[in-house]
Amino acid sequence: MTTLNYADIHATFAAVNAELADVARAEAGKGSAADAPAQIQVAKLGRRQFMRLTGLAGGGLMLAFTLRAPNAAAQTAGGPLAPNGFLRIDADGIFIFAKNPEIGQGVKTSLPMIVAEELDAAWEDVRVEQSPIDEAAYGPQFAGGSLSIPMNWDRLRYAGATARAMLVGAAAARLGVSPADLRTQDSHVLHSGGKLAYTELAAEAAAMPVPEADSLTLKERGEYRLLGQRVTGVDNDALVRGKPLFGVDQRVPGMKYATYQKCGAIGGKVKSANLDAVKAMPGVVDAFVLDGNGNAMELLPGVAIVADSTWAAIRAKRALEVEWDESSAGTDSWSAAAAAAAKLRDTAGERVFDAGSVDDAFATAAKRVDASYAYHFVSHAQLEPQNCTARYADGAIEMWAPTQTPGSGIRGVANTLGIDPAKVTVHQLRCGGGFGRRLYNDFMCEAAAIAKRAGVPVKLQWTREDDMCCDLFRAGGFHHVAGAVDDDGRVSAWQDRFVTFTNDGERPVSGGGLSGRVFPGGLLANVRYEQTALPWSSRCAAWRAPGSNVFAFVVQSFLHELADAAGRDHLEVLLEVLGEPRWLQEGQMQALHTGRAAGVVRLAAERAGWGREMPPGRALGLAFYFSHAGHIAEVADVSVSADKRVKVHRVTVAADVGPIVNLSGAENQIQGSVVDGLSTMLGLAIGFENGRAQETNFDRYPMLRMPATPAVDVHFVDSDFSPTGLGEPALPPLAPAVCNAIYAATGDRVRTMPISEAGYRLA
Amino acid sequence: MADLALQVNGRQRVLPGVDESTPLLWVLRDELGLVGAKFGCGISQCGACTVLVDGAPVRSCSLPAKAVSGAVTTIEGLAPDDGPLTALQQAWVDLDVAQCGYCQAGQIMAAEGLLRRNPSPSDAEIDEAMAPNLCRCGTYLRIREAVKTAARNRERDATAGNAGAPA
Repeated sequence: MTTLNYADIHATFAAVNAELADVARAEAGKGSAADAPAQIQVAKLGRRQFMRLTGLAGGGLMLAFTLRAPNAAAQTAGGPLAPNGFLRIDADGIFIFAKNPEIGQGVKTSLPMIVAEELDAAWEDVRVEQSPIDEAAYGPQFAGGSLSIPMNWDRLRYAGATARAMLVGAAAARLGVSPADLRTQDSHVLHSGGKLAYTELAAEAAAMPVPEADSLTLKERGEYRLLGQRVTGVDNDALVRGKPLFGVDQRVPGMKYATYQKCGAIGGKVKSANLDAVKAMPGVVDAFVLDGNGNAMELLPGVAIVADSTWAAIRAKRALEVEWDESSAGTDSWSAAAAAAAKLRDTAGERVFDAGSVDDAFATAAKRVDASYAYHFVSHAQLEPQNCTARYADGAIEMWAPTQTPGSGIRGVANTLGIDPAKVTVHQLRCGGGFGRRLYNDFMCEAAAIAKRAGVPVKLQWTREDDMCCDLFRAGGFHHVAGAVDDDGRVSAWQDRFVTFTNDGERPVSGGGLSGRVFPGGLLANVRYEQTALPWSSRCAAWRAPGSNVFAFVVQSFLHELADAAGRDHLEVLLEVLGEPRWLQEGQMQALHTGRAAGVVRLAAERAGWGREMPPGRALGLAFYFSHAGHIAEVADVSVSADKRVKVHRVTVAADVGPIVNLSGAENQIQGSVVDGLSTMLGLAIGFENGRAQETNFDRYPMLRMPATPAVDVHFVDSDFSPTGLGEPALPPLAPAVCNAIYAATGDRVRTMPISEAGYRLA
Repeated sequence: MADLALQVNGRQRVLPGVDESTPLLWVLRDELGLVGAKFGCGISQCGACTVLVDGAPVRSCSLPAKAVSGAVTTIEGLAPDDGPLTALQQAWVDLDVAQCGYCQAGQIMAAEGLLRRNPSPSDAEIDEAMAPNLCRCGTYLRIREAVKTAARNRERDATAGNAGAPA
């Protein structure tokens, strides 16, 4: 058994989770439940919540906007034009501040677009800047749970509308007319005799009273000029010039370069290391052992090397020889776990959901189908390896970090160093991919500890091997499922006996727990979920669409199996299971609406030509999944040769995520989710033996390349629900859609991910 | 330690005190401050570090700088500082190719290498040339489209007597 403090790990997970769904729920709970059927109760401004304005020296217009904190963001009258609101307009222009980390999901563009829409600013007039970390001013600042859009939709619209109303008020005062006689367009207030630029009005607007949110009228969807358009990312010009946008590109004066070697088996401690030899290498400044702080999510034990260049640090790390004390280290083994899971097929696990009378339904079934599904662990493999630049001085630390959760990072670093969180400053940098890995800030804690000990600013650089060995993996899992079909050919019972993993010996790992919200919970009358968690030492955590990314594969494949057993069309059975249009959990966020679900299923099927004749060896496969408030259906057009070579020609996607903010970004997320889903289900797996990940670089982790990329047709349902996020929900349906197509083409049911385990390869 | 001499983006650079085993990538990033080329895997598997040597794409993470005798072009060498973008870069912006963007400098340099030797590649030729470059976000469809758009626009610019991109 490991001696690692998994209670601390769970405290960290809890903190991160609190920054995800729980925060949204807490904000939503401010009395707007009566506004149902809005599916996500996005934050609404109440009378006691307020926006506050301070005219800055120099005549700038600065909004401080708060929803939850009683103390609005502190303004420094007469201070520098330090941005601490969502927008700033002065003679220099219109600045909008992007509050959340950009990890490739496009929020640095889409969130400011929402402000600009209600502000009625011309997009080409807007300059977007990344905001500082100031949760009092901005509310929660993180990238996760596909929550940036739903959590900030109202907040940002009111931020823009408030400024617009003040600009109109200033123009009305100047012109001696009623505000009702004025309108706005393209960064100007229009009046009968001409127009006034916002930049020209800003100083006067700063002196206007801040309107009550309740007095503002937000635009109707039909009035949108910017939202729903295709807008290119605000960093794109800098990106194609190779400008230093990313965490890894940062440099500070006097900076040294660091690497950190940890034990491949979690829980291993440093017994000895050839530190003297390493220190004698060219370019090496120092090498030392860190004991870790007992929290595997913060600082694991290891050896730090500090050098004059990245290469000197990497080269020295290769020459480093560490003898590990593995008496408390993990001994994870995939083969052992698979054997244990197989034995649990006939063992009832903990019953986590039990609706109706599953046993009775099986007893009266016309047909019963049993099947076992399995999927491997996978790595995040975000392309930018973890890194962090840190400068420690006088009990305070300044950090440049590519993180999804800067707030958690600050707390973790403060805990690691034993300093007050107020002494930790984090600059958020563009992230070279996230996929959930950067929700966890162990790399920040390491950089902090190394910088403090080294006494110089350092940039910690993980190698790819560090990144994959010490990932927080998406856990594998095993599902022994059983289903019944009644005399009418309807699915009448569903049981999932799930074998999952636990890091702490109690709770399943993140994304590794079933609940009644997992399909077809709430949809079928008789559903039972049981689970057993196997102990596991290697850290597991959120990976794009946690839970859904694997459960969708199992349940949407198995539904097809049941439809086939009933001799019925998959599409017909899926629509029957969804049933009449209704919310599954009335008034609750993240709930499935069966009408929206059926809408995307029908749309995807229609656009893909469901039911048409296909050549031999080629077929369509269908899947639907609901996750992160997004309703998504996908149809895959797949060829399979006799020797199991797979070619995915086209994936047709239908999505209902409410109104689209940035059409270009939204489409890009769906295209990318299809590629990510296909890449992962085709050939990606991390095996474990002796507690260690066996695949530690891309040569053994074959991610999809351009030649295998299918055409992706994207169709959005034009719905009036509040907009929700798209970073995650388009990924889960991909794997079952492809596997259902393989079955339809060949009669072979693939029940393993990656499907390379079943002998399938790319054509 | 002998001085390291490199020609980068049209400038001759002499770098004293650089360890001779240093890969080109780290000379560019740490010594010259040209951070467009990225570290992804360190073993020539992902292409994030792609730059051109004498016009051909190379994986700079695995290429010792001392072995480089040709002219190095990095993403920073395509368009003049804050000047107009090349047709290739502009296609990337117009089509909003990037998601996280981390791989895109390598993608653009691979595409630049392709278009220099094959100004109007077919889809299959684009796929083959771009296959070494991984995009973890999965923007391949847009990358392919951007390469085609750039190829058309370069041809148009060449016809108009404007090379569209520096040699």
